Amino acid sequence: MAYAHSDDSVAGGTTARAMPMAVKILIAGGFGVGKTTMVGSVSEVEPLRTEELITTESIGIDDLSGVEGKHTTTVALDFGRITLSETLILYLFGTPGQDRFWFVWDELALGALGAVVLVDTRRLEDSFPSIDYFEKRSIPFIVAVNCFDGARRYDAADIRIALNLDDEVAVMLCDARDRSSTKEVLIRFMEELIRRAQR
Amino acid sequence: MSRPEPEAEEEPRKSLVRPYAMTHGRTRASADFDLITLVVAARPPRPEEAWEPEHLSILEHARHPVSVAEIAARVNLPAGVVRVLLDDLRGRGALIVRSATSQASTPNLKILKAVADGLRAL
Repeated sequence: MAYAHSDDSVAGGTTARAMPMAVKILIAGGFGVGKTTMVGSVSEVEPLRTEELITTESIGIDDLSGVEGKHTTTVALDFGRITLSETLILYLFGTPGQDRFWFVWDELALGALGAVVLVDTRRLEDSFPSIDYFEKRSIPFIVAVNCFDGARRYDAADIRIALNLDDEVAVMLCDARDRSSTKEVLIRFMEELIRRAQR
Repeated sequence: MSRPEPEAEEEPRKSLVRPYAMTHGRTRASADFDLITLVVAARPPRPEEAWEPEHLSILEHARHPVSVAEIAARVNLPAGVVRVLLDDLRGRGALIVRSATSQASTPNLKILKAVADGLRAL
């Protein structure tokens, strides 16, 4: 088995040598909109799940109103991995769906390239909290409308109006189950980021 | 092939083994360990180091560069616990760490283009 150079870790603890770089994109949206499906459609591994144990103490959560003291709760995060090259790995993280986990979003959003907000036209309002979250923090995002079988098709322009989106935010129709469709969404999002970075 | 979205958020932990017992109550690791911080085993574990089974399991899963999140998923421990154990391993030179791209700043154009090119090539 080959091991990386141990000298580096002894010396400094971190080294860039022979280590790829990791970046992440968040997949957000309402409950059941297909976030994990989207992650799974392009991930090279079955979506993985990691759990954070969280002590919810004085974080201003109204669900717990009237209940004093600490609560330990578990937040599950589903994610996938795409090895883009020997030096670059992209991780896709589905965001946890409940309002009381906003502080987990903060951790996830830190260092993220941005987000895909998945939208179900039958429950448009479910995507509002995600959109608000990214807008308020100026985190770049793209809106991807998951075209469920049997759901009425709208065009992207209608969705843009319904969601009251900035012109800057791209809106695409997609099928979250389909690898190439998810790829298109991610590529389009990256093109938007590149365009903005070049301004 | 549609996969139903698991009810991720509400699923209780199957066995609550007091996960922090194996960290001897430590809950804080160095802030270096983001979920996508990449780590790789630096060398085989040495018998005299007397690692806990969880440390060894982590090393086993880190033969190639993997993220903190992946290790947590593979060894089935909360990410917070894994961070503490990773910190132990790094402290004794058994693990190399690459922190996530400077988190405060937006990645540079070169990285953005590399991501886009990589996706197109999939």
